[in-house]
Amino acid sequence: MRNLCLLLLIAAVYVLHQDFWNWHQIEPLIFGFLPVGLAYHVGYSIVAALIMAVLVKFAWPAHLEKYERHESNGTKSEEETQP
Amino acid sequence: MIPAMVVLVYLSLIVYIGIFAFRKGRSTGEDFFLASRSLGSSVFLLALFGTNMTAFAILGSSGLAYQRGIGVYGLMASASGLVIPLSLFFIGTRLWALGKKFGHMTQVQFFRDRWECSFIGTVIFALTAAMLVPYIIIGVMGGGHTLEALTTVMGPDGKPVLVEVVRNGQTLLATQHWVSFEAGGAAVALVVMSYVFFGGMRGTAWVNALQTAMFLCFGTIAFILISKNLGGFEQIIARLSADPKTATLLTRHKIPVEEFFSYTFIPLSAVMFPHMAIMCMTAKKVSAFKKTVIFYPICIMLIWLPCVYLGVLAADQFPGLQAGESDDVLLRLLTANTDAWLAGALGAAIMACVMATDSQILALGTMFTEDIFAHYGGKKRFGEKAQVWTGRAFVVLITAVAYFIGLRLQDKAGIFELAIRFAFSGFAALAPVMVAALFWKRSTKWGALAVTLWVAATMMGTWYLYESTLGIAPKPGQPLVPIFPELGNLFLRSPGNVLIYGYLPVMPMCLGSAVLMVIVSLLSRPPGRTTLEKYFPGAGVLSLAKSS
Repeated sequence: MRNLCLLLLIAAVYVLHQDFWNWHQIEPLIFGFLPVGLAYHVGYSIVAALIMAVLVKFAWPAHLEKYERHESNGTKSEEETQP
Repeated sequence: MIPAMVVLVYLSLIVYIGIFAFRKGRSTGEDFFLASRSLGSSVFLLALFGTNMTAFAILGSSGLAYQRGIGVYGLMASASGLVIPLSLFFIGTRLWALGKKFGHMTQVQFFRDRWECSFIGTVIFALTAAMLVPYIIIGVMGGGHTLEALTTVMGPDGKPVLVEVVRNGQTLLATQHWVSFEAGGAAVALVVMSYVFFGGMRGTAWVNALQTAMFLCFGTIAFILISKNLGGFEQIIARLSADPKTATLLTRHKIPVEEFFSYTFIPLSAVMFPHMAIMCMTAKKVSAFKKTVIFYPICIMLIWLPCVYLGVLAADQFPGLQAGESDDVLLRLLTANTDAWLAGALGAAIMACVMATDSQILALGTMFTEDIFAHYGGKKRFGEKAQVWTGRAFVVLITAVAYFIGLRLQDKAGIFELAIRFAFSGFAALAPVMVAALFWKRSTKWGALAVTLWVAATMMGTWYLYESTLGIAPKPGQPLVPIFPELGNLFLRSPGNVLIYGYLPVMPMCLGSAVLMVIVSLLSRPPGRTTLEKYFPGAGVLSLAKSS
């Protein structure tokens, strides 16, 4: 269920990239100098960072961390071979 | 002369970094090509980002924004800010784990092992290597042009000094430079070659990290100073929006909806770029990806927003530049609005971005030594030391070849820029190969071969259509022209592209790749049980499930 919610969240953010309603708009000027179409996408970049933070928190592939103990070339480190 | 001196100091610094990395290194292949998979999370983030940030991102985005407006940010930056971190999160982490577990250093090594193939791996190598070469040539050429532009001789009025020169029997007025294109290109090629040759991946990663940090730092300072010098952004925006000719730059009026959507497919190329995939294997711990994926969109924003915004503002200060001329608007703004020291510092940072070609040269060297030299018995026969020296020799060779091609075809940079545009689509369309290899047990080498051939064929087809329709290409602002009127709007010609029903070729190419991968895989025999168990052992390395 959690994975499905995250998938829907990613899909929603992907769709929100197509902000057709801002296509021909200059105003409002955000902070007095950013046209709304540009400000929207700056905000989008921040949302993308937040989405990634959510994924790291809730969908991090923790099972890969065990390979951190592998030495390169597929051999196990001394630490891992110790009982 | 001051900017040239600052750039010279910077170039000396990065050569020193290369030599320092050499002294820190060991003479093993894994150390030279992957820095012994030892990068910490901060260097990994900055290096990975720097690897993907090319001259195009900096100079190209400003030039494009000058021509097409603020939409360039949404077109390239914000879509990349979502798609690239997602790719790193789902694919980069798995590549890292496979490298750790099985010792893979390149994508092709993984494909060969995963699908029990040899020749098909060579075909994928050939296509990806061919698509990478234009980047290296453009990188060397970009270095020459940037150094030339930064050392323009200025008169007492602050404008470039024009002198008469004779070209092809005609007398023309041209700007003078302290450093010529030839000398600048040679300096850049030598510097890149030196630190890649000595430092390998460690040197390249450190230089890339420094480059990203420098650009973030000096870029922000320059952005603020340019704003102050121009009297504040509000006034320029008011002037631009009052003029109907420039008001469209503050909207997405010049970017069709279909093109805007198509561009969201382009960042899929990141996972198939050999230099990005190889860089993913250099992290010491998988947790290094955590910081990277979260801060990647922010880094993109910090770099692209000033570049795009200043590109649009340049329309106020330098109106009427043509497409080719607008590529250096950022350098023009810098020279006109900041003092020589800061212009030099940011110029050095821009040089650094132009020199992102380092990781591509190293990637090509890694691919050649691992996928060809080692795969066909060279490593067994001559040993690991010989493999490293083969990599180094390849670095020298490819840099020298790129320099001489760049010199010879100096006026034909457009050909390579075009090749890069097609290569972006090509790498993006190869993404289904990587996704299938990682997450679809039933995928086969024949599916991968079908996709590779499809990508090569569609790229050549698009190139042919593009070249053969130069004569009917509409001018900016004019309606699209059907290439084959009897086929309606299937193939359209825009001023700079061939379009399929109004969409960029990358979209049908990616969708076609995905469909081919599925159909051909289902029609062919999957790899043996041992291989499948090696890569999909329950909740193993390629499992999507979280099970610690």
